[in-house]
Amino acid sequence: MKVTLTVNGIRRDADAAPGDSLMDVLRGLGLTSVKNGCDNGDCGSCAVLVDGAAVNACLVFAARSEGKAITTLEGMATEGSLHALQTAMLESGAVQCGFCTPGIVMTAAELLEKNPEPTDREIDEAMAGNFCRCTGYTKPRDAIRSAAEMLREGRR
Amino acid sequence: MTTTPTAVPTTTAVAGGIGTSPLRPDGIPKVRGEFAFSGDLHEEGMLWGATVRSPHARARILSIDPAPALAIPGVHAVLTQDDVPGRKTCGQAVKDQPVLADGETRFWGEPVAVVAADDAETAARAAAAVAVRYEPLDALTDPGEAERQGSVFRTMHVVNGDPDRRGEVVVEGYYETGTIDQAMLGTEAGLAVPDGEGGVDLYVATQWIHEDHEQLYASLGVEPGAARIHLSGIGGAFGAREDLTLQIHLCMLALHTGRPVKMVLDRAESFAAHVHRHPSRMWYRHEADPDGTLVRVEAKLIFDGGAYQTTSHAVIANGAYFAMGPYHCESVDVVGIATRTNNPPNGAMRGFGAVQVCFAYEAQMDKLAAALGMDPIDLRLRNALDAGDRLPTTGQVIEGAFPVAEVIRSLAAMPLPDAGPGGDPRHLPGGAGLTTTAADIRRGVGFAVGFKNIAFAESFDDYAEARVTLTPDGLLVETAAAEVGQGMVTVLQQIARTATGIEQVEVAFVDTAAIGSAGSTSASRQTQMTGGAVLEAAEAVRDEALRRAGGGTLSGEGVLRDGVVVATLADVLAEGPITELVRFRHPPTTAPSETGQGDLHAGFSVAAHRAVVDVDPDLGLVRVVQVDTAQDVGKALHPAALVGQLEGGILQGVGMAVMEELRIDDGVVRNASFTDYLLPTILDAPDVEAVLIEEPDHWGPFGAKGVGEPPTISSTAAVVAAIRDATGRDLTRAPVRPEDVAGV
Repeated sequence: MKVTLTVNGIRRDADAAPGDSLMDVLRGLGLTSVKNGCDNGDCGSCAVLVDGAAVNACLVFAARSEGKAITTLEGMATEGSLHALQTAMLESGAVQCGFCTPGIVMTAAELLEKNPEPTDREIDEAMAGNFCRCTGYTKPRDAIRSAAEMLREGRR
Repeated sequence: MTTTPTAVPTTTAVAGGIGTSPLRPDGIPKVRGEFAFSGDLHEEGMLWGATVRSPHARARILSIDPAPALAIPGVHAVLTQDDVPGRKTCGQAVKDQPVLADGETRFWGEPVAVVAADDAETAARAAAAVAVRYEPLDALTDPGEAERQGSVFRTMHVVNGDPDRRGEVVVEGYYETGTIDQAMLGTEAGLAVPDGEGGVDLYVATQWIHEDHEQLYASLGVEPGAARIHLSGIGGAFGAREDLTLQIHLCMLALHTGRPVKMVLDRAESFAAHVHRHPSRMWYRHEADPDGTLVRVEAKLIFDGGAYQTTSHAVIANGAYFAMGPYHCESVDVVGIATRTNNPPNGAMRGFGAVQVCFAYEAQMDKLAAALGMDPIDLRLRNALDAGDRLPTTGQVIEGAFPVAEVIRSLAAMPLPDAGPGGDPRHLPGGAGLTTTAADIRRGVGFAVGFKNIAFAESFDDYAEARVTLTPDGLLVETAAAEVGQGMVTVLQQIARTATGIEQVEVAFVDTAAIGSAGSTSASRQTQMTGGAVLEAAEAVRDEALRRAGGGTLSGEGVLRDGVVVATLADVLAEGPITELVRFRHPPTTAPSETGQGDLHAGFSVAAHRAVVDVDPDLGLVRVVQVDTAQDVGKALHPAALVGQLEGGILQGVGMAVMEELRIDDGVVRNASFTDYLLPTILDAPDVEAVLIEEPDHWGPFGAKGVGEPPTISSTAAVVAAIRDATGRDLTRAPVRPEDVAGV
């Protein structure tokens, strides 16, 4: 079957098998930032924005995404400059192997969109579904706090 | 974070040199989503592979019928043991593991056959369609029974000192630890591309491409040069990628079909495919004089190696050599046994045998302190080893920094967090959804010290090659070392910068045909080993450049005298290239005597952890509030990345203390998913404060020591000690389960 999505602002038509998830379809379109860590909704590595809401793409049937606007990590940088969350993840030392990075950035992007000045507890609640096995969570939390400040000050 | 001052000067002031925290060069592609992990690789016309795995802990294979799978449109191959072209077995030290099952399966999840098909879903259907008839056999899964039957990989007996020495104060204990998974987020994946001339290129995430290569070409039955391994992006490792998983399978399928073949394991398969941390059973007896002087330690360790050897011989050796911690003792008798059973194979995981024994010996030290009526920290300080002392187990004189007492004192001096969980119910054990109230909470504090060796031991010829080349634009560093996420790529740049004064450094990860081995990214060794090779090579490049220019200092602009450029890098290269290949070796080690004596290790690192926990003893709920650490790091080359290692390593230790365990019934894994194998999330993560103890090592570059493993050695022991402190219970098993805390 065909699925039509708007991915990072561009209309894309994709072939999908009936059992395919949104993660399968996006990876098939070459958007390999959508990481398959568990295929089970546990690890958060495949998180993308669907109409602005962060969801685990492995848990969404591709067919349910028809007509939706999807943002993946590839769509976060604009005109060659990184999004504040990308800059902050790097500068805070939150990136080691980098496998969890896409999911953390996309989950945090929804948080900061809805809550530009989150407390540490609000960050922790929002990020509770994203595993990081390398560096833990201190540095990702630092990065999200730092990105929030950059965004509030109008820096990307 | 605080640091102690260092005595080692940097040789050159250059931006991004050692002691600073420059951004990692692979960071931009990683945050842009452009970094290609092994599971992201793609080649035109590629097929997908899948694996048929044994559902039994032990079974005889009566027949394998590939016909139903081959009848599915789009299926190109079904291969079994009969199709392995070369050596039918693989393994690191001992080649005892069949590449594909050899008529009998010996553990749950053992590969029996592999298939290749047009796409991943067809490959999975084909794997399910291969008709394998099994006759289940009795599985040996109890390590104690395995010991009684003599089913063992290695028995260690480490004996030192007067066996009749006895202390007046005696404590005994029996301890256990569970099977732990590395749970790296990127599952095993790779892509094999045939070259059309009988050879193959394998792109794979692994910890040591040259060791993989030795096993790969032998089993493919090809010349070494006909199989080449290239590192691809690695999504964490922690020991899980030390042994082969899908490497040979992928290349067999590619050579058989003449097509590129890709394989990505799903999470459940990943639990079955790689080795785990050995579960352990440990009996200890500590004896001390009334003043707290430790005089005799006896221990018996049983680590279950599972079905195949992998690195069990080395893990049990570490367990035995480090069985009593960084303490003096006049008399030692340690028996260590690695058993062979039908459990899934166990092998390398961060800490490598030192983790299990630390859990036991630190519990013993607390128990001994209580029996002596001494403060447990005073007891540790009284017995702390120092540089120049002999290890009581192996008799080796400790060379290099070994600041046990300073690590302990620095940690003990750190401030404790505020008492109590405060008013936020989300900070109660179990979180806001459960029924704990602040009035039910008891706080506990636990302290533990651990150590282990750095780099390979027991006379292993351990080396790392690196090549440094001067270019008109800067330096090119070539290595086969695996960057698993830890940040070695940045540290190598920093070392080359400081050695030469040239800021522009590119690190290239090259294949098995392009350079010699860098050794494994394990045993906390790459900063010292590949870092050591890069330092020597970069210094030689610098010296040759300066010789050609007639002296001065080097920079990215060229050779300077009195602050003026007298020759550009291009000028210096006019008379020919400057490139240096260095094979770096650490100080030699010896093989152990029959009683485990000798200069077995190249160096050591020590760390201590202090955990603070809140516990509801009635409900068995635990919240790890804070874990502080002091670690002997030699010299902090990249302080930010170093602290990242400490925080991440401590969190793995917390996981082993209170939530992580692979549950195995009669050899069958019951929780091979992230739904059921619990990993710490941000809500489970304690705050961490760290003190870095910088006393230069005797052979690491600029005095640096490897830092990866110590954070995971004593953190588990400290957390469980804190739960004991809060509850008064013995808690002799890690992970601690709610029923252990509640006593039901």
